[in-house]
Amino acid sequence: MIRVSSPHAPPAGNTGGVMRQVLYATLPGMAVLTWLFGPGVLLNLFWAIPMALLVEAAILRLRRKPVGFYLGDWSAATSAVLLALSLPPASPWWLILIGVISAIALAKHLYGGLGMNPFNPAMVGYVILLVSFPVEMTRWFAPGEAPQLAESLRLSLGTHASPDAFSGATPLDSFRNLAGDAAALAQQPILDGRLAGQGWELVNLGFLAGGLWLLWRGVISWHIPAAMLGALALTALPFWLYDPARFASPQFHLLSGAAMFGAFFIATDPVSAATSRAGKLVFGALIGVLVWVIRSLGGYPDGVAFAVLLLNLAAPTIDYYTRPRTYGHDKPRRGMGGDG
Amino acid sequence: MSDTDYRELTANGLWKNNAATVQLLGLCPLLAVTGTVVNALGLGLATMAVLMASGALVSLIRGYVTQTVRLPAFVMIIAALVTVVEMLMQALTFELYQILGIFIPLIVTNCTILGRADAFASRNPVIPATWDGFMMGLGFLLVLLVLGALREAVGEGTLFANMHLLFGEAARSWQITLVDDYGGFLVAVLPPGAFIGLGLIIAGKNIIDRQLEERAKRLSGPVVAGSKRVRTTG
Repeated sequence: MIRVSSPHAPPAGNTGGVMRQVLYATLPGMAVLTWLFGPGVLLNLFWAIPMALLVEAAILRLRRKPVGFYLGDWSAATSAVLLALSLPPASPWWLILIGVISAIALAKHLYGGLGMNPFNPAMVGYVILLVSFPVEMTRWFAPGEAPQLAESLRLSLGTHASPDAFSGATPLDSFRNLAGDAAALAQQPILDGRLAGQGWELVNLGFLAGGLWLLWRGVISWHIPAAMLGALALTALPFWLYDPARFASPQFHLLSGAAMFGAFFIATDPVSAATSRAGKLVFGALIGVLVWVIRSLGGYPDGVAFAVLLLNLAAPTIDYYTRPRTYGHDKPRRGMGGDG
Repeated sequence: MSDTDYRELTANGLWKNNAATVQLLGLCPLLAVTGTVVNALGLGLATMAVLMASGALVSLIRGYVTQTVRLPAFVMIIAALVTVVEMLMQALTFELYQILGIFIPLIVTNCTILGRADAFASRNPVIPATWDGFMMGLGFLLVLLVLGALREAVGEGTLFANMHLLFGEAARSWQITLVDDYGGFLVAVLPPGAFIGLGLIIAGKNIIDRQLEERAKRLSGPVVAGSKRVRTTG
């Protein structure tokens, strides 16, 4: 008989194991993206991952850290995959390179490396690209009409003469441009999916499946995704009931753009999110509300990246006000009335 | 103080106590107008002129202003000087005046100016005070220029574009196009680019400082290890 003394905690997973599971969980979404948008999705990944490892290794050398040890934690590869999956398929090589350098060098290592970064590295890379190169960053294909491998490759290398020939609006773009005009909205084929926007509903369901697997494996807790998606739906509901031609339905919001990807893969980043349970609920809910606000009232069609970065900034404050009671101690008092 | 060390003042203004990279003062104009070299140069020159003149004037009245009212008096002087500079720019370089806009009157709020007035000019004779203002202004101007060049090169792929705004039509040909057909890197032109650029400049200065320190240590000779313990830290 084996005697085990307390604490009876399950063995803590190492960083590399957790990161690998996150990578596996992106597979369903990745597969749907590739099926809909062609081999350009994979080209993004095949270019982003080695570049991320290279940048990580270079910076680690500069910082005089053990390169092999830190490369083994898979965090650079995970950031690269999350960034590559958010970029339009067959993005030009230099775009991905700038994104990877921003994510790994600027957002992670300048703040002290993995575990010290206040912002989600992949989203910093994405936002820098979105702000700097709006044309390249909104060049999505119409689902199912993506170019084949040879053309995707030429798009990636930047030698294709007319990259705009393939571009098509995403459901969020279409809804945004036509909001308020019920007749025009009804005629848009891309908005006419089975559940939400065509194609994109499947992408979101793919990431939802991967996210549920992560939940089941215990890699992430349910608090942030549930709060974010719940808040997004609850915010969208009254406006949709009030004027369905101007405001999209909750279902459309949940299954469009980066909603599921953001809820399960981006907002749950353990380094840059809030930590306590109550804090996670507040953190997720505020992201959900902000996503709706940016999508419906802001200047960009999707707002997941901006919402996550804004709440990353607020995470320390949220943690301060939601610190759980330590066993055997009084509840800490916070704010103007408290002294701690 | 008759034994003012001008070399010390120069070194302080340009490097050791640089307004932008060490004191981190005057960040508002520094970050706002350094999108291009010409904007940076325009505002840097204006700030330098105000710093010199305010140093001289504050030093002149230092015997007559009592401690309790010195700050309002200094601010009045600085505000008057900034108004003069603003009107001069309106008259001489109208287009640049329009581009820089609110940031010219905002020179009043540049902490470097009031800081030098109170910390140095109000305690020193006219000539050292003017020299200190000149060197502080020059140090600020140089950082503005480096940041402006960095952001213009990365953001727009050019250097010295639109210099005719400051130097007349002959300067139109000064523009250097670094990369033909450059698409532009918008983040460098937007405010985040200023923060990132300034951070990199400060990091660069710290690296140089550390290397200088190490070299000075090497040149001062090896520490002789003997029976005595040698203190090696701090």
